[in-house]
Amino acid sequence: MSTTVDTTPIGRRKRNRILLQAACIAVSLFMLIPIYLISLAALSSRESLNEFPLSLLPTHFSVETLNAFLGSTGIFGALGNSLIVGAGTLLLSALIGVPAGYALARFTFPGKDPYQLFLLFTRALPIVVLSVPLARLFLTVDIYDTTYAVILLHTALALPTTILISASVFLSVPIDVEEAARLFGCSPLGAFGRVVLPMALPGLAAASIFTFVMSWNEVLGASILTLDHRTLPAQVLSSLSDSPLAYRFAGGFALVIPSIIFIALMRRYLTNMWGSTIR
Amino acid sequence: MADIQISNLVKTYPGGSERATDDVSLSIRDGEFTVLLGPSGCGKTTLLRMIAGLELPDSGSISIGGRDVTYLPPNKRNLSMVFQSYAVFPHRKVRYNIGFGLKMAKVPADEIERKVQWAADLLQLGPYLDRLPANLSGGQRQRVAVARAIVMDADVLLMDEPLSNLDALLRLTFRSELKKIVQDLGTTTVYVTHDQSEALSLGDQVAVMRKGRIAQLGDPLDVYDAPADRFVGGFIGSPPMNFLDAAVSHDGGTLVLGEQQLMAPSILRSFAGKDVLLGVRAENVAVNSTRSSGDVAATVLVVEPMGSTTLLTVEVDGHPLKVQAPPTFKTAPHRTVWLGFAPNTMRVYDRETSMALEAS
Repeated sequence: MSTTVDTTPIGRRKRNRILLQAACIAVSLFMLIPIYLISLAALSSRESLNEFPLSLLPTHFSVETLNAFLGSTGIFGALGNSLIVGAGTLLLSALIGVPAGYALARFTFPGKDPYQLFLLFTRALPIVVLSVPLARLFLTVDIYDTTYAVILLHTALALPTTILISASVFLSVPIDVEEAARLFGCSPLGAFGRVVLPMALPGLAAASIFTFVMSWNEVLGASILTLDHRTLPAQVLSSLSDSPLAYRFAGGFALVIPSIIFIALMRRYLTNMWGSTIR
Repeated sequence: MADIQISNLVKTYPGGSERATDDVSLSIRDGEFTVLLGPSGCGKTTLLRMIAGLELPDSGSISIGGRDVTYLPPNKRNLSMVFQSYAVFPHRKVRYNIGFGLKMAKVPADEIERKVQWAADLLQLGPYLDRLPANLSGGQRQRVAVARAIVMDADVLLMDEPLSNLDALLRLTFRSELKKIVQDLGTTTVYVTHDQSEALSLGDQVAVMRKGRIAQLGDPLDVYDAPADRFVGGFIGSPPMNFLDAAVSHDGGTLVLGEQQLMAPSILRSFAGKDVLLGVRAENVAVNSTRSSGDVAATVLVVEPMGSTTLLTVEVDGHPLKVQAPPTFKTAPHRTVWLGFAPNTMRVYDRETSMALEAS
């Protein structure tokens, strides 16, 4: 006597797996298609952009548009400013935010919870509301229209996330490991540097991605705080309305690519460095 | 190597109302293996952490080798420690982990290499020296933690439940290995555990703790045979000590259990007529299927063959009692068995204070 095997559950599992794959592909395409289109437009010749129907394959490859964009006034300097501001923001917010996150993770102190809530307050204010008084202030202390001014604003904007992310990263570093380091001869600072920091590095790298991309993309504050020393998004924005279509595509491409490269570089630290969880 | 003197140590955690350690004093001789044993929350780990310098006491003092270390930071105490969670450094290879303490102490590199090799050989870690801890099993990680602690030539070796994360079989084999290693080193050792069998098998002296105080301090077998109070008797031993309500007869010669009588230990002469608590270990009760003089009748409730013995739960005068019979002993629930008590193995406790009664 043979029993009939009901194979419907397996069929259902197969179907679910296919649906999941399809969903993944759909989400990826949603992210990738705009990047592809803008890259295509930026790397096509100016004439081919006006053709109809537009070719979806890179048939008219040329760097002419991009060259024209990079060659136009202020763009190259703006690119440099953006890099300076991004790196400066990264450094300053790490310098202030990482110790603050460590303190939140390891110590109990009076006013800890209100402090955490207060941190988010900076993000509750619209950037315009923050920037205008800051512009006045920076004018009086004579750092208006410098990259420092933008670095300071971006650091203020980035700090809440830097602090809260690094606090949660330090929480995930087991306290025993730090205590073991102390017991085997490390000073508090030594234990932090030799054991806690290396273990927290992947998480801190993730925080730095947020910071850099935030600074790279922030346009409103940067536009208000600078005139001649604009960051790239601010520069592109100011000349957007009276520039040709090709220029806009090239500008968009130049804005997207550096953050993608930065994320690709830091991604290595996001996936775990030691082959397993840190616990 | 050094002795440890702990006196009147009081610690209350911030926000806590009860004392984690309540006026604890303890003296540990040079080279002695002391086990702090107790249920969770009894203050044993707090006491260990104060010796380590990871917690600071509110009052009292700790001195190691005659040097006051009460408020010294952990890195200035010349200690080493094995943590319950292993606490190996996951981002560094086994070799670096083991040599970490020596490196911090600025020991020359060739000396570190030599000692790491020695410890690795001792703990069978040789093939794993160039691996990351993530690629080791739990047992191997614990070996790394022990190796890291024993290379140190520390004054005192501290161990916080080092075996509790290992599976049962590994725990048993590693326990004897650990005992041999520590014996050969001869380092003063403080070992925290909640497992009474670990405490009995490892310790030169055992401090049983309860509610922040040391309930009994002594040689493991003394603690097992003569628990100082009902708590210690109930905590140590598997099965725990049996406690039965009994009364001393008016002449002090017999113990009255309901309607039955037992020969009383001689110390009870001075407690004639008093209500007491009788404490007796399962293996000290002789179980017979026929009656001999002085035996007490009991009804079998549960029979649990354990292989080497058969554990019986019986009822005497309405009180359940665990006794051990030889594996060949045949009985079944609801049958009557006869229990023989040897007076010298009986312990008697005050019913109000639960403290052992001593001849006055």
